[in-house]
Amino acid sequence: MNAAKESPMNDATRLDERFTALEAEKRPALVTYVTAGDPDFETSLEILKGLPAAGADVIELGMPFSDPMADGPTIQKAALRALQGGQDMTRTLEMVHAFRRQESQTPLVLMGYYNPIHHYGVARFLKDAAHAGVDGLIVVDLPPEHDDELCLPAREHGIAFIRLATPTTDSKRLPLVLEKASGFLYCVSVNGITGGSAPALQDVERMVGQLREHSHLPIAVGFGIRTAAQAAAIGRFSDAVVVGSALVEGIESAETRRGAVEAVHGLVRELAAGVRRTGNA
Amino acid sequence: MTDYSMQPDADGLFGRFGGRFVPETLMPLITDLQAEYDAARKDTEFQRQLAYFQRDYVGRPSPLYYAERLTEHFGGAKIYLKREELNHTGAHKINNCIGQILLAKRMGKTRIIAETGAGMHGVATATVAARFGMPCVVYMGSADIERQQPNVFRMKLLGAEVIPVTTGTGTLKDAMNEALRDWVTHIDETFYIIGTVAGPHPYPAMVRDFQAVIGRETRAQILEKEGRLPDSLVACIGGGSNAMGLFHPFLADEAVRMVGVEAGGKGLETGLHAASLSGGVPGVLHGNRTYLLQDEDGQITDAHSISAGLDYPGIGPEHAWLHERGRVEYVSITDDEALEAFQCCCLQEGIIPALESAHALAEVAKRAPTLPSDHLMVVNLSGRGDKDMMSVAQHLGENFQ
Repeated sequence: MNAAKESPMNDATRLDERFTALEAEKRPALVTYVTAGDPDFETSLEILKGLPAAGADVIELGMPFSDPMADGPTIQKAALRALQGGQDMTRTLEMVHAFRRQESQTPLVLMGYYNPIHHYGVARFLKDAAHAGVDGLIVVDLPPEHDDELCLPAREHGIAFIRLATPTTDSKRLPLVLEKASGFLYCVSVNGITGGSAPALQDVERMVGQLREHSHLPIAVGFGIRTAAQAAAIGRFSDAVVVGSALVEGIESAETRRGAVEAVHGLVRELAAGVRRTGNA
Repeated sequence: MTDYSMQPDADGLFGRFGGRFVPETLMPLITDLQAEYDAARKDTEFQRQLAYFQRDYVGRPSPLYYAERLTEHFGGAKIYLKREELNHTGAHKINNCIGQILLAKRMGKTRIIAETGAGMHGVATATVAARFGMPCVVYMGSADIERQQPNVFRMKLLGAEVIPVTTGTGTLKDAMNEALRDWVTHIDETFYIIGTVAGPHPYPAMVRDFQAVIGRETRAQILEKEGRLPDSLVACIGGGSNAMGLFHPFLADEAVRMVGVEAGGKGLETGLHAASLSGGVPGVLHGNRTYLLQDEDGQITDAHSISAGLDYPGIGPEHAWLHERGRVEYVSITDDEALEAFQCCCLQEGIIPALESAHALAEVAKRAPTLPSDHLMVVNLSGRGDKDMMSVAQHLGENFQ
């Protein structure tokens, strides 16, 4: 297939293809989060490029924002490091583009807050994101009530809009949350911010069960998952586990650029082994 | 003609401003709060309680005072001061806090959180939390804690826990981020008392309604004293709650001019200011779309003002809308101009104003001399300046031992 002729619609199916393939493997996806440009552009790009080989099945790439109100200290600091290193939306999209040139299979989802997109301009952002090879968006501060801002236009560009379901999403609200969801569902396992306490397994299992009754989309569980053992345990009843803060801590505590790259890839390898222990194989 | 009393719409939008830009975790709470607030507004028992506390606890109505000496000093417009600084806790902030804590009680919430800049909203929140026997956590930027020590101690005396926020620039916006993070984490029991006409719907409308007592009283008082409506209203704006409270009951009166005064800091041209309308562009932060100070990448930039209460990179969405409609004129006043007006008010009227309110007075100093003596101008004296002694002393080169 000629990559240059790939239409946006073909890009959007990367998520579907990946989840379908993993379903056949009978194992959950490992979704990894790092912030674009953390600790600097070059290192971050190297981290990003090595994620698929280390075992990441879906990549979440954070768009740094000065005021990340749903993030804990770890990801707040990552955003600051990235911004201080000169990261901006243009460079984040450049990074995706560079990643896509070498990797055509692994879906990449941009995650962040609305203001940097709003400021870049929604139409321009979607055009550039589709061109760079972005498969989906998670925008924390855009609930379904504001679907006309970005969710609906994104779908016109073949970019999935991934919805978050939380412990506060009750049965009254769930249909609204699911209505325009695409790609996969992000089940936020605890009320709180990223990098917080681990969720109680039974509660998460119940939440995932409830979501399954109402949606056919793959269900990813995130917030508070740090270890291969946790990933394995949660992966037994979900379609994907998301790990973010634990990876970002590897960057924060590394003393060298090489150390940061190795810390992230090392933990991703462990987590990847974890999600492979969940299946029937 | 626009019906100003019908704003915002059902989605919390004032034109394109406002809205509910919050994480999913908060959405069910916000819709609950909306429903509860709608019910409370129509509940005569709730309104009776609110009126009771406003009168016997806050000390309302606050006087509308004819500032005879300031009027003579400026030699133009006839100046009235709406004395919100005489309220319990020394500012307009408590009008809103009383309303919200009654709502919290009605909703069965047991824990109160708030953000604060200058500390006046923190003090007012700690005050009502003490009065209603609820634990209270106040988030305050570390830079603000430094310059508002007396208020930090007041909050502690009132039983509140003051948590320093060191992220970002350690000012009001960072305190608000941290309060939102607390809220998302302690959903079930917590009521977040937002201190200004910002945040996700219904906060901008709800805080405005609780503060509109300022404008309603002013209207009745000026009619009694002068037999007619004022020609102009002047108020300072950080998030904009005291201004919105004064302006709102007059929005339909086209002959009443309104002036909102933002903090110009060291001057708009220096970039060191907190004037969101003059120096910002529309964006989304803290749950609403409004004018924000931001860089070319959409990152929120630091506000600067001598007044901690105005040191916020945004402005309430209704102000953004009124600005674009041209109903209210928005201007800015520098730190130096505010300091000069601060001293002038002390000497001419024997009233030490908050540095925030001094921004409004500085605009009066520019306008009043150019206006005829039959021009009635009402200025919102939103708070008293006791909290600002250290900052002002420092700027005037005074040293405390």
